[in-house]
Amino acid sequence: MNKRTGWALPYFIFLVLFVVLPLLLIVVYALQDGSGHFTLANLGKFFTDRDSLSTFALSIEVAIENTVLCILIGYPAAYILADKNLNRSAVTVVLFILPMWINALMRTLATAELFTMAGVQLGKGTLLFGMCYDYLPFMIYPIYNQLNKMDKSYAEAAQDLGATPREVFRKVTLPLSMPGVWSGVMMVFMPTVSTFAISEFLTNNKIKLFGTIIQENINNSMWNYGAALSLVMLIIIAITTMLQKEEPDES
Amino acid sequence: MPKNPIIQIEHLSKSFGDKQVLSDINLYVRKGEFITLLGPSGCGKTTLLRMLGGFTAPDSGRILLEGKDISDVPPYRRPLNTVFQRYALFPHLDVYDNVAFGLKLQKVPEADIEKRVKKVLKLVSMSDYEDRDVNSLSGGQQQRVAIARALINQPRVLLLDEPLAALDLKMRKDMQIELKEMHRKLGITFIYVTHDQEEALTLSDTIVVMNEGKIQQIGTPIDIYNEPVNAFVADFIGDSNILNGKMFRDRRVAFIKHEFDCVDEGFGENVSVDVVVRPEDIYFTNDPAKCQFTAKVNSCTFKGVHYEMWVDTDTGYELMIQDYDPYPVGSEVMLYIDPDDIQVMKKERRFNAFPARVTGEGRVMFLDTEFECNTEGFAVDEAVTATVRFEKVDLLDHEEEADLTGNVVFILYKGDHYHLTVKTETGENIWVDTNDIWDKGDFVGIKILPADIKLVKAESGDE
Repeated sequence: MNKRTGWALPYFIFLVLFVVLPLLLIVVYALQDGSGHFTLANLGKFFTDRDSLSTFALSIEVAIENTVLCILIGYPAAYILADKNLNRSAVTVVLFILPMWINALMRTLATAELFTMAGVQLGKGTLLFGMCYDYLPFMIYPIYNQLNKMDKSYAEAAQDLGATPREVFRKVTLPLSMPGVWSGVMMVFMPTVSTFAISEFLTNNKIKLFGTIIQENINNSMWNYGAALSLVMLIIIAITTMLQKEEPDES
Repeated sequence: MPKNPIIQIEHLSKSFGDKQVLSDINLYVRKGEFITLLGPSGCGKTTLLRMLGGFTAPDSGRILLEGKDISDVPPYRRPLNTVFQRYALFPHLDVYDNVAFGLKLQKVPEADIEKRVKKVLKLVSMSDYEDRDVNSLSGGQQQRVAIARALINQPRVLLLDEPLAALDLKMRKDMQIELKEMHRKLGITFIYVTHDQEEALTLSDTIVVMNEGKIQQIGTPIDIYNEPVNAFVADFIGDSNILNGKMFRDRRVAFIKHEFDCVDEGFGENVSVDVVVRPEDIYFTNDPAKCQFTAKVNSCTFKGVHYEMWVDTDTGYELMIQDYDPYPVGSEVMLYIDPDDIQVMKKERRFNAFPARVTGEGRVMFLDTEFECNTEGFAVDEAVTATVRFEKVDLLDHEEEADLTGNVVFILYKGDHYHLTVKTETGENIWVDTNDIWDKGDFVGIKILPADIKLVKAESGDE
């Protein structure tokens, strides 16, 4: 080990202690029963338990809905922010990012309080509202970034070749902004699957998401089953990440 | 003007904020012509091209294409195509799809598209690159694809915005020849923007020299080179000796304190003029009868084809001479200039003249600054013209004692002194003659002594 690589040592130790070790522990716990013997029963239980499976399906469904919602609202917002003719000030961008600086839990509690005050029935609608509110900046920012750094001569070249503004958007701006959309999806979809606070506060625990049942199991000292559920989620994260990595190559 | 110019530009003006980038541009382009807009950066040439493409709207004036006003037509409906400076090839499409982009928009049948893409790629010698990712191409190859993409729509006019600026010298020379060849083969009108005078001379049928948003001269490369209309054009195109001179009468001019025969007429008698002599037009001679003046060789540098020499004349002027044969440094040489090779130009100005207002006894305001001077014979608040001779403006390298500040924007060497254009912070020009060496872009303090400011009645502007 030469001098330079020695500098990496603290980071290496940090990674081992706080990333690799916990991940290993999750795998170990997931594959053990309460007395420390190897078993696949925990994973088996998840795949045979109707409740867990339906919660899992619901979580994915909510996450997809939330992600789609965030794209539908976030893309036009990012587009307007990045358009120098529509938005001349950097302050507006900060205004959109500002909510990220406030703790998500506090924002969620406040939203729940507002709904209760307004007499809105807590349920899936309020859940999606809260999720979208919490995660929207994570969608807007990467798309805004991508659009903002895009050379505007591409759009001019397309117009020059006969593309109407609508065609310019469809054939040039949109495809070139897809990397931004993908990182937005990554930053919205995965956290939504594992969230539990939002569903707890904004549905009064009526709707349980995957994150909620992991949390409940761990809280009730069912470490092994909780770990198995976490493992399932890790695998999904890994799959999504790999899908995303392949995306830019295809285009 | 020819009968049917393909493009007519009438009284075109444009400002960005306070900065006037184009003022009253009038120009026509013949069908099938290779015309070049040439000028230093910031002269407005790119803005003019963008207006032709439709990306920038003019403040006033209009653009006619084949007699029809297209000023309000959006870029996607103009039958013009552009080759952009940094090519702007779509990174998400391969070479084929980039070139086919325009045709696909027009919903041309796929078989047709393929035929035309193949044809145009062959024209730019990129036949085997159809499936390549545009980012994997070299600069020269990207350039060719960009040209192919613009040509496939069969535009009536092709606009080229410094297309060769990003290429290395050798590649640029090759591409120049190819562009010229392409222009000849296709027969469409090319409007080309560049800051490279050599490129402009090589490629163009017509050159439009621009500076500070105004057209300086329009002409063939030979006209522009041999008969520049002012010191700016003479300095910008090729190497030149630009000198102050005096026209005695028709066909007789004095400069570097010698008298010469020339071929120019119609300037009047005893009129101050600018004289341009190209360095290759000053000849060495051994014949005392031919010799018009003598000089001492100061430096001699080999430049490949010729030698470049600086000589000090017997009257104290420095001249640049280019010749195939070197003369040793320190040697005394005899020189002469053919009457044909002396280009006499009207002086654009002989002194600084600023619109001014008398603000009080002994005080006058111009260039947004108050100066002291003799105001005898003028009433307070009267509008006047303040004149200052070029050599009476002092430049300082600090602003403490200065009346106002500015930046050196243009430098002309006149054989024994420098003639500078200094732009003040309010965007006005002051012209200065000085023996001190300044660089373009230098921040300078400007000082004018009270005794050197002469007031004259407004409008007359003459001493």
